[in-house]
Amino acid sequence: MNADGLAIGDPAPPLELPDTDGAMHTLPNPGDAPATVVVWTCNHCPYALAWHDRLLDVARDYAEAGVGLLMVNSNDAQRYPADSLEAMRDRHRAEGWPVPYLHDADQSAARAWGARTTPDVFVLDPDLRLAYRGAPDPDHERPELAAGWLRDALTAVLAGEQPDPHLTQPIGCSIKWRQ
Amino acid sequence: MEAVGLDPAAVVVHEVETDEDADAERFVGSPTIRIEGRDIQAPAETATGLTCRVYRLRDGRISAIPDPADIRDALRQGIERSSR
Repeated sequence: MNADGLAIGDPAPPLELPDTDGAMHTLPNPGDAPATVVVWTCNHCPYALAWHDRLLDVARDYAEAGVGLLMVNSNDAQRYPADSLEAMRDRHRAEGWPVPYLHDADQSAARAWGARTTPDVFVLDPDLRLAYRGAPDPDHERPELAAGWLRDALTAVLAGEQPDPHLTQPIGCSIKWRQ
Repeated sequence: MEAVGLDPAAVVVHEVETDEDADAERFVGSPTIRIEGRDIQAPAETATGLTCRVYRLRDGRISAIPDPADIRDALRQGIERSSR
């Protein structure tokens, strides 16, 4: 099944982005992590904000299993100052995120991955192939759902199985592309 | 609208398509609901633009839309203002 250019089972495009302190982050080498999660998000979208704590809970709960989670903000900060690098840094520090917040200033990563919304969740298997794409769970207004689709996907990948579902509709604000 | 005795057909949906229009109309994000020109919730952000608005439901959850109870209250207040 296709997910906007990146099909389930396809190798993930490269990812090399700075975090809010300027340190560069990449995907792990194939075989080095049992699963990797990449989430497009931002500072101002109600959907991204509503799902945010659930996503950080997933990062904490699966860290011991060796799962890495990267948050990426690709929004055009010129038109949306709430998504500037400075605003990202302030938020990351103030809220004490357990994961890096990466800045895709030229939006090349979002384009390469076909990210569409905030949030937009990508789960990679140990070989860095796409195993799950979509929303964290069915409803941003229901915290009790606890990012269940994402958790189910990670549980499957950690067991060497294919997630079910492996593709859901990403729901959120559109990524704010440069004009 | 029906819950407070108003005609749902009276809702005017207006699409703001450009940053210039957002500035001109003091549009701070979608959805913005105004009753007789008055925003049903004072926006937390005053910067205008084609963006999404963040609302808080009455139980504290973040939402992309206002709490239905807040909309009803704002409609009732609008009716009161109109009848004065």
